[in-house]
Amino acid sequence: MKLSLRIWRQSDAQAQGKMVSYEIDEVSEDASFLEMLDVLNERLISEGEDPVAFDHDCREGICGACSLVIDGQPHGPQAATTTCQLHMRKFKDGDSIDIEPWRAGAFPVIKDLVVDRSAFDRIIQAGGYISAPTGTAPDAHAVPIPKQDADAAFSAAACIGCGACVAACPNGSGMLFMGAKVTHLGLMPQGQPERHTRVLGMVAAHDEAGFGGCTNTGECAAACPKEIGLDVIGKLNRDFRKAAIRAA
Amino acid sequence: MAVSGILLVLFLVAHMAGNLHVFEGRASMNEYAHGLRTFGEPLLPHESLLWVLRIGLIAAAAVHIWTAVVLTRRALAARPVRYASKKPAKGESRHAAATMRWGAAVVFLFIIWHLLDLTFRTVNPVKDVPDAYGAVVATFSPERWPVTVFYLLALLALFFHLRHGIWSAVQTIAGPNSKWRKRTQAIGLAVALIVVLGFAIVPLSVTFGLVK
Repeated sequence: MKLSLRIWRQSDAQAQGKMVSYEIDEVSEDASFLEMLDVLNERLISEGEDPVAFDHDCREGICGACSLVIDGQPHGPQAATTTCQLHMRKFKDGDSIDIEPWRAGAFPVIKDLVVDRSAFDRIIQAGGYISAPTGTAPDAHAVPIPKQDADAAFSAAACIGCGACVAACPNGSGMLFMGAKVTHLGLMPQGQPERHTRVLGMVAAHDEAGFGGCTNTGECAAACPKEIGLDVIGKLNRDFRKAAIRAA
Repeated sequence: MAVSGILLVLFLVAHMAGNLHVFEGRASMNEYAHGLRTFGEPLLPHESLLWVLRIGLIAAAAVHIWTAVVLTRRALAARPVRYASKKPAKGESRHAAATMRWGAAVVFLFIIWHLLDLTFRTVNPVKDVPDAYGAVVATFSPERWPVTVFYLLALLALFFHLRHGIWSAVQTIAGPNSKWRKRTQAIGLAVALIVVLGFAIVPLSVTFGLVK
């Protein structure tokens, strides 16, 4: 395959970035999107140019490191797929592809396509944890949990914290991410002691980081590679209302 | 945003239902308009119901606009650098981002016109306030067709606004699960259709001579 790429190049956090065009030849349609960028980078290095910086780690769709907006869509055109699991057979020979970083004030660009997502870490620090006794781990079946709660918590726990929800949101809001954490922990008996302080703390950290407010457009859920649905935002709103009334 | 929006929707439903008195003729419509002013008399002062509604509406509209401005400013600050490449929206409320803010501007301009036309009668040929029926028939007469077209355009904006706004408000206040979210979206669409069609039937009936 022959492709025309337009990639966001920005030498460091302070620099002014711009879209730069690259032509790339003989791309295998069995290559993943990241492997296609690897091929481009090998060429750039051999030509003495600075390779394109992009985040990646496991390359098997579970780490949440990859973060490319491909043709305006976080993780590209294929639903429920991370960038590393997107393959070039989804594109056509001769296609031109735009590649940009997540765009959010709370996720500043570090270099090229790499953004700083520590705002998510601060949200987790503000409430994404449980109190657990130290010592030997209890038996997994020691605490009975209704099957539907366990299933819903597991679906929410599938969130890999990639930030595609923020990248897709027209308001740059992190509500789907927070909702996933609040649902995952709030449905479990182990998550109850911090249930109310968790949601208040997370929302405060979210707003403090400069994420936008949710207007329920649903773009986050459509972009989520783990198919986390808007019901987690409903759960977040419900818990927030209860916690805010209790705190008042 | 959600609470003030729900209050405004309740007002719209009552306003739409009240408008349908126009089909009962001049006497019935004007009696309804008179009833709104004299409701509760002589126990309560003249126009007490109207003033409660007016103050409530102004407060709800002010809160609605203020929260919209706060949300919009936050959204602009949250994405200082725009995407170079645009994608078609594919979320559950995919028309929302394109229609809520521009639609709100259309509805806002319409409300100013609407008050000048049918409340203050500044731009209405019928200055006699008790003759609500006459004012409606006069403003939507066929030769004043731009008035009717603007009314219908504002209703189209209102339709998209309500279609997203109603379920979005319920999502914010109540936070339904997936099953109830789908039901809420269906109810929002139904209410939006009923309100908009209920409003649209009045000017259309006047323009096409069914109400004279």
